[in-house]
Amino acid sequence: MRVLVNEEPREVATATLAALLDELGYGDARVATAVDGAFVPASRRASWTLDEGARIEILAPMQGG
Amino acid sequence: MLFYGTELSSRLMLGTAQYPSPEILADAVREARAGVVTVSLRRESIGSRAGQAFWSLIRELRVPVLPNTAGCHTVKEAVTTAHMAREVFETDWIKLEVIGESDTLQPDMFALVEAARILTDDGFKVFPYMTEDLVGAERLLRAGCRVLMPWGAPIGSGRGLNNLFGLRALRAHFPDVPLVVDAGIGLPSHAAQAMELGYDAVLINTAVAQAGDPARMAAAFRLAVEAGLIARAADPMEQRDMAAPSTPVLGRAVLA
Repeated sequence: MRVLVNEEPREVATATLAALLDELGYGDARVATAVDGAFVPASRRASWTLDEGARIEILAPMQGG
Repeated sequence: MLFYGTELSSRLMLGTAQYPSPEILADAVREARAGVVTVSLRRESIGSRAGQAFWSLIRELRVPVLPNTAGCHTVKEAVTTAHMAREVFETDWIKLEVIGESDTLQPDMFALVEAARILTDDGFKVFPYMTEDLVGAERLLRAGCRVLMPWGAPIGSGRGLNNLFGLRALRAHFPDVPLVVDAGIGLPSHAAQAMELGYDAVLINTAVAQAGDPARMAAAFRLAVEAGLIARAADPMEQRDMAAPSTPVLGRAVLA
């Protein structure tokens, strides 16, 4: 299935958001996720099924002013 | 002064961006004795783990964090970012930025009020980055904000307090609301001036991070903020236009 992760096209084998994070190496990382512009809490990632073309944002802690 | 029920250990809030290295950032936070540090959320290249290292560093500093919604231009972006930040940083505090104009990074007060209302209803404690607009301030308070953060000047400009009259008017109108000058401060003297006006805190980033010696500048800001705070409490004299001799006139010799 083809999805966009942080605007980069990716071919992924997994069907849920939690599995995608594992596949990308974010399994235990402190990140926040959004799909198609809407926040998806960590507690809902395991049951969040990804659709073809889904736009996924994975954001990490970063320096800020 | 309480910020949403919390007494801060100091009135200096420090941004964490643009430092030459993580070590220098840590030194600056320590030298500033910052009461709060601001943080953000960004994409990172897959597998870089830079965000995890940054988060570890911040946790080691043991300073409360204030996540921001920097870079957001719409209500929806800001609200979604705030939710993401709440989960990652485990705090319901949010420095709400909704930018309306790119050259000045001026806050969009209309979108800001709308986003503040939504986030307050969602249980957030909103620190709105705003212009010094008196009516906008009133609307933000009505939307549920219990802290206001007017700009001194555009972010990163270092121009100091551009509109002294406006900042003074805000202070006079809202004597019991915690007020923070956020953005535009370039020198410790600007920070002291804000505190002398009766502001409760200042938020500094570029002026420390981009100094030749950030840790030393952080110490200078700490002293300036403290000086301004004490000066305000000491009730400064009134200004006047003409001179008033400080040495007694009575008893002066006639030598002419």
